[in-house]
Amino acid sequence: MARGIKDKVAILGMGCSKFGERWDSGPEELMVEAYLEAMEDAGIEPTQLDAAWFSTHIDEIGTGKGGTPLSVALRLPNIAVTRVENFCASGSEALRGAVYAVASGAADIALALGVEKLKDTGYGGLPVANPGTLNPQLAPNGSAPGNFAQLASAYRAKHGVDKDDLKRAIAHVSVKSHANGAKNPKAHLRNEVSEEQVMNAPMIAEPLGLFDCCGVSDGAAAAIVTTPEIAKAMGKSDIVTVKALQLSVSNGLESQHNSWDGSYFHTARIAAKKAYAEAGIENPREDVSMMEVHDCFSITELVTMEDLFISPEGGAVKDVMDGFYDSDGDVPCQIDGGLKCFGHPIGASGLRMAYEMYLQLQGRAGERQLPNPKIGLTHNLGGAPSQNVCSVAIIGAHDA
Amino acid sequence: MAQNTIGLKAFGGYIPRLRLQRKSITSANAWIAPNLVGKGKGERSMGNWDEDSLTMAVEAARDLLGTNEDRSHIDAIYFGSTTLPFSDRLNSGIISAALTLDEGIQAVDVSSTQRAGTTALLQALNSVSGGANKEALVCAADHRKARAASAQELEFGDGAAALSVGSDELIATFLGSHTLTVDFVDHFRGSGEEFDYGWEERWIRDEGFSKIVPKAVAGALEKTGLSASDIDHFVMPCTFARLPQKLAKMCGMNPDAVADPLGAVCGETGAAHALVMLIHTLQNAKPGEKVLLAHFGGGCDVLIFETTELLASMSSKRGIVGSLEDRQEETNYMKFLTFHGLVEWERGMRGEQDKKTALTTLYRNEDTVMGLVGGRCTETGVVQFPRSRISVAPNKPAVDTQEPYKFADRKATILSWSADFLSFSMNPPNHYGMIVFEGGGRIMMDIGDVTQGEVDSGMEVRMVFRIKDFDDQRGFKRYFWKAVPVRNAVPTAQAAE
Repeated sequence: MARGIKDKVAILGMGCSKFGERWDSGPEELMVEAYLEAMEDAGIEPTQLDAAWFSTHIDEIGTGKGGTPLSVALRLPNIAVTRVENFCASGSEALRGAVYAVASGAADIALALGVEKLKDTGYGGLPVANPGTLNPQLAPNGSAPGNFAQLASAYRAKHGVDKDDLKRAIAHVSVKSHANGAKNPKAHLRNEVSEEQVMNAPMIAEPLGLFDCCGVSDGAAAAIVTTPEIAKAMGKSDIVTVKALQLSVSNGLESQHNSWDGSYFHTARIAAKKAYAEAGIENPREDVSMMEVHDCFSITELVTMEDLFISPEGGAVKDVMDGFYDSDGDVPCQIDGGLKCFGHPIGASGLRMAYEMYLQLQGRAGERQLPNPKIGLTHNLGGAPSQNVCSVAIIGAHDA
Repeated sequence: MAQNTIGLKAFGGYIPRLRLQRKSITSANAWIAPNLVGKGKGERSMGNWDEDSLTMAVEAARDLLGTNEDRSHIDAIYFGSTTLPFSDRLNSGIISAALTLDEGIQAVDVSSTQRAGTTALLQALNSVSGGANKEALVCAADHRKARAASAQELEFGDGAAALSVGSDELIATFLGSHTLTVDFVDHFRGSGEEFDYGWEERWIRDEGFSKIVPKAVAGALEKTGLSASDIDHFVMPCTFARLPQKLAKMCGMNPDAVADPLGAVCGETGAAHALVMLIHTLQNAKPGEKVLLAHFGGGCDVLIFETTELLASMSSKRGIVGSLEDRQEETNYMKFLTFHGLVEWERGMRGEQDKKTALTTLYRNEDTVMGLVGGRCTETGVVQFPRSRISVAPNKPAVDTQEPYKFADRKATILSWSADFLSFSMNPPNHYGMIVFEGGGRIMMDIGDVTQGEVDSGMEVRMVFRIKDFDDQRGFKRYFWKAVPVRNAVPTAQAAE
């Protein structure tokens, strides 16, 4: 394996806009909101930035292509800005670009910023994307919930899980996230919900009801990264470093080869294994303190617990129901409320997840602060279960 | 008599699964058309939203052809319909592509008359008789549109028939035919018009059917040297009650020979109906029986066949008998109106997508899209859809090793699925999922002809050719394949007994 990036890059500062129905803001205002918080946190001037990575997925709704939307909105000093887009993992991709630039020595300080302005589309749920020319002639006219819901049917068939038992387990996933999100002032949805509410909500795509789906929100998040040495020289203590950044991309096997059974994410398992190896984690169920995973739908989070090797194969239902991932459980998951309560401004989500891990590691998470976490994991998915990109990042205290 | 012994080699039929209960039509329209209340009996076939003449013809032809991948024995296709999806694009060419017939075949569309089905059959017989073709495939289908609260809405049905014509291994020998061409306008549909305009029924019955049909029948009998009493089955589409019996008498045929017009269980399927009734009759006929087939419209076609011992070889075909057994009652008249484009309804923002088809892409991937042809790696044997230059075989990315591999007639099951209320569908919830094929390969595809709660992982499905999308802006239709459940209804032809 490559030497990896463990502890080569530190997070100098982070920022996150308020997520929600931001009727008051365009993408520029959201970017500035996240950027100013990150810059203040880092304690640097714009002229200290060497390069920037900008993630946004749906440029048709006013954010725009290329690097200029970020550079113009932030009035950056003519530095390199690279726009990245990798479906819903775009935010993690921006972070990867900035971190790799610093790790390589090409940049001393780099910015990663992701944004999405979904509430200007007029859609409930993600807007219909341009599918190209061949795909629409073959593929179903589906939706994100319809694609991810298929995990449930395949998972049930594989593990022999009763329909009602799985529905209740995924309901618990959402109940847990709402309980967490209620404590987060930056979350979009801040209401607690009951298991019965989730179970009885209107159906979106069987078996996913309204509360099994994440919200549609506007938002932006940003990270400023540098080397641990520069961070120390700038007087920073409690330094948080990046332990691993891995990305795995489908090669068509899941969608075209019968070796995949449809119940899990092939890419997630590969990215997780590589990330643990890069970070030197041998027993993730014991060693990971907390997680922010890509809970675009409750069933996604449930199968992800197995894909990340936290729950044993077929054991996620029991772990979820036992409260293993609740805020007071062994490995709290979605402490900030997750996509479920933050919504999913696509380009921002991966960075929003890292933001929560960063705050928790620095002991700055307020009412929802966990006791003494050491290692945080973020997991960010894009595409659909049958063809996707998966990012797994591990960040932790420099000395962890 | 025909010079050579030619005739029918095989048949296939297709009637859509949905059967609209006529009572649901008449009760909904009783306020405006109380005169039709008495006709609210029985049921009519109703194409699903994604079915049209072309898709039904493909299904009838697939019933005929069976699962044999080699279709090189078919060297011509004749498609008769008055509801062709395209005015200028070879509709029979689309059927040919869906059936993966050889490129070197002749394909002909026959239209503009209710006799289009019988005329297509006559063309096929002529081409084989004359030696131009060895085996010709005849398809006939109609997906008829009628105004709400009209008699036609009750009388019409949707359906398709397929016959193959050749000179050996015949299930029915062609004895001869006679055609009258008379510009008697009982009804018409102007170019670009959606609906038929008809004249008075009594005039059509007395001056049209009653004068033209006997004359045409007499001509056919004379040509074949048969007498009317020789006819065991008189097959003639007609919606007038008891008129076929009256015509049989007028012609000298036994009124008991009159074939069931299928009005109670299907409705009249337009240009396809003579062939639909013929296949239904053949599925109940015995060897050595003579069948007189007549179709009225702009004159009359009359064809006479004699069944052979080989009729029993058709027992595995679904035909019309099997299609009629595979039924689902539909009582929602609004659904019928919506499927037929007769009401403006709110499709939501997700229904606003532009469905423009890149014709270059369609052509480049023609066998993939139209024929459901994937690839098989000649080195590893791995099967995949769609075909690609580099194989999907794990860890064996062989390059340019794939040969065409047909999926349409292979057994398949559902691996994963969802019933989606969010994405736009003409018939929500939108069912789709990952379909895995016996022998390898998988396709994420639409699942059709299902009701909510019916689908589950592991369910056996089969492939059907259906409308994928409508491009209303440009008047184009996309076609592709969908999975439908394999149900227990199996055809039981008396001919097999």
